[in-house]
Amino acid sequence: MTELNTSVVARPIGTGLRLDLAAAAVGRRAGAIVPLLVLIVGWEAASRSGVVTPFLLPPISAVLERVWQDALSGELAVNLGLTLFRSLVGFAIAGVGGVVLGILMTRQKLVRWFFDPIVSVGFPMPKIAFLPIFMLWLGLYDFSKISMAVFNAIFPVITATIAAAEGVDRQLLWSARSLGASERQLLREIILPAALPQILTGLQVALPISMIVMIVTEMLMGGQGLGGAMIAASRFADSPGVFAGIVEIAVAGLCLVKGISVLRRHLLAWHQEAQEPTTV
Amino acid sequence: MISGTLSAMTSRMPAVVPRYMPLLLLAAGWEALTRTGLVPKAALPPLDTVAIAWYDLASSGDLWTNGVASMTRGAAGLGLAIACGSLIGVLMAWYKPIRVTVNPIVQFFYPMPKSALIPVMVLWLGFGDASKIVLIFVGCLLPITLSAFNGARGTEEVLIWSARSLGASRARVLREIVLPSALPELLSGIRTALALSFVLLVSSELIVARQGFGYMIGWLGDGGAYDAMFAVVLTVALLGFAADRLYLMLMRRVLAWRE
Repeated sequence: MTELNTSVVARPIGTGLRLDLAAAAVGRRAGAIVPLLVLIVGWEAASRSGVVTPFLLPPISAVLERVWQDALSGELAVNLGLTLFRSLVGFAIAGVGGVVLGILMTRQKLVRWFFDPIVSVGFPMPKIAFLPIFMLWLGLYDFSKISMAVFNAIFPVITATIAAAEGVDRQLLWSARSLGASERQLLREIILPAALPQILTGLQVALPISMIVMIVTEMLMGGQGLGGAMIAASRFADSPGVFAGIVEIAVAGLCLVKGISVLRRHLLAWHQEAQEPTTV
Repeated sequence: MISGTLSAMTSRMPAVVPRYMPLLLLAAGWEALTRTGLVPKAALPPLDTVAIAWYDLASSGDLWTNGVASMTRGAAGLGLAIACGSLIGVLMAWYKPIRVTVNPIVQFFYPMPKSALIPVMVLWLGFGDASKIVLIFVGCLLPITLSAFNGARGTEEVLIWSARSLGASRARVLREIVLPSALPELLSGIRTALALSFVLLVSSELIVARQGFGYMIGWLGDGGAYDAMFAVVLTVALLGFAADRLYLMLMRRVLAWRE
């Protein structure tokens, strides 16, 4: 991820072609790049012509120069690395925990009875409001930040897993059972593979949540990381720094989301959905 | 044993009590932990002091003023996003030139973590209402646009052809066929946006604000008034939950014709 990002910025400044790479990852068609290029040129033109002050909107060339400087000084690698590390660890824990809890809830009545209302109340809650409580209990460091990401990202995984496991074709289960499959085999050979597409959808929802929450958490708790760096830049009224943060976060977010959808196509190569082009 | 007592209780109580029983258990556990001193009161204020703090905040009017400020911001941002997003989405599905120009931009910015915009909004619009409203608007716009686009795009072409061949104007086809068939997907996109609007609202208010729920949580926490802080956190969380449930009821009613 870091490598990719450096290669995006490690090109001569001022040609306006940098987002070319990022855009190509999205569209993979020349036509898709044009509107984005127009946007970039418009941005550059607006701030150079003085329609908006460079403080409100620094020219994109200046912003990219700033990203480049951050990359050279090593700050980008540290901040990006930390943010990605925390988001991904939080996502991984939420993913594994959510699937395990979701499966348990479909198979154990008592677990279901206990967690069902908690999940159904907890899922639509703005859990970000609990951030100060996490600060109070767990402090300001990685453990607290990652816990916050897990707390926010686990709910969509649980609900997707329950819906998926309950949607498994009954006849498949009956046939496997009548052929003598044990509960464990049933879970591994039938339920998990059949539930995989929907579980992956839940994971695809959870990944951006984990990242959004991490950015906010870093902004509020401070310290290193992209969110912390941005809020520090904004305190010093360093607007190229703020915009550089946005570009870095946008590229990182794009890579994560595209990464998981590539993973999905890879994992679901056997599934008919993989043949259709995905829209989002 | 447990399930035996449970079913005995179930038969006498209204259906909603046993369903939400685990939440009551959690609350009882919370109270027990703090009462017995297992958890220090500074870390977890007992539930009854939280309730008293809530009552104090509510009767002093603080909760109300800040709540109204927050909810106005949320409603304004979300309302604007719904109006613009559904329009853009349907237009994207309806006119190819718009689709070709707007779609790459939507697809590019969709995965971007919107909370990254909080500092920029402060830079542009300051500490007041405008920065929150625009943040919520921008954050909610893309999910709504995409859901309207996907919904409208999924309209059965046969229906459009039939209506056109029966003499319906393009505007009428849009209003009577494309919009209704886009509605289910659009409404579920708005539900996502509703949840997102709460998240963006609270996070932006936590980070920079002079009013609102997030701001209250921040200064109560900084001042060490943890019982009041817990009261506001729980209020926001329950409001988010209630908003989702209300919206779900509304959505089911609007979509009743599909059954």
